Amino acid sequence: MKRWLLALMTLLLLLPVPVRAQEEKPKWPGVDKTVVEKYAKELGREPRAPFINTDQGDLLLFLFTLAGGIGGFVMGYYWHKVFVAGKKDMEPEV
Amino acid sequence: MFRSLPILTLLLAALPTDAFAMHISEGILPAGWCVLWFAVALPFVAWGVVQINCRKQRNPSYIPLVGIFGAAVFVFSCFPIPVPIAGTCSHPAGTGLSAIFLGPFASVVVAFISLLLQALFLAHGGLTTLGGNTFSMGIVGSFGGFAAFWFGRRLRLNLFWCGLLAGIAADLLTYLTTATELALALHGDHPLGSVLGQIYLAFMPTQIPLSLLEGAVTGGILIYVRKHRPDILRRLSWMGEVAK
Repeated sequence: MKRWLLALMTLLLLLPVPVRAQEEKPKWPGVDKTVVEKYAKELGREPRAPFINTDQGDLLLFLFTLAGGIGGFVMGYYWHKVFVAGKKDMEPEV
Repeated sequence: MFRSLPILTLLLAALPTDAFAMHISEGILPAGWCVLWFAVALPFVAWGVVQINCRKQRNPSYIPLVGIFGAAVFVFSCFPIPVPIAGTCSHPAGTGLSAIFLGPFASVVVAFISLLLQALFLAHGGLTTLGGNTFSMGIVGSFGGFAAFWFGRRLRLNLFWCGLLAGIAADLLTYLTTATELALALHGDHPLGSVLGQIYLAFMPTQIPLSLLEGAVTGGILIYVRKHRPDILRRLSWMGEVAK
């Protein structure tokens, strides 16, 4: 199982590489741009800036990093609580 | 597990600069539709909060599960994965997984909170479209994934295949709903079915591979939990019999 987890982690680490490698010109646009906003524009609706516009310079990158780090920590903390520390509280099988 | 936390943090820090999303952006839905989707979504969120409160009193180990799968939905739904065959990227929903472990109503709550945080701080989705995005990813994703899982269990499929079905259903139904919301609000003089078909088909080259990945991850996590904490699965009334 550990080998599988390690392989999964490695795969997930490698997946964003092409995305990071093209910061200057996006080659991997999101489906929000290629589908949602494209069809909305064709049908007469334009997206507008968010109420709190964090898409300015590197601020959004910082916030994504922060959000990912906090989300990952919360997930890891509770995972440890349930699957490592909590294993001793496991109910005996009947 | 703590040893892998730095790896996980590094992995999450590798997120790209642009927010590649699947959610409906701010300003795309007309006001009437925004109000309607909020009105539809809020009762599910309210009932989900009631259910979380009830379950945490009956079962103290429920809250750590909400922590794990709530954070998982948040991270999954802002984690862009490139799909080379489509040349675009998108992200999984994660609501099939959370619906299996938390129940579909509680899964709506974690999806709502994730979408709210993303709309507020990550320029991802929107506050006016929060109701619509909660309906597609939270309600339809959770209930669709849960129903697929339940159906798989009734067919006595292996736990992994039930998880696979749940992940695929949650992902594809979320996009079908997003396409429906857009088509309903924006089709104008065009035939509704034609607009809906075009938008949904445009999602498919990206979403079919991602839904398979999401299904495999959901099935894999179920197998992991069965191996390490089978008591968690046995406590879920919708799980049926859990073999060793």
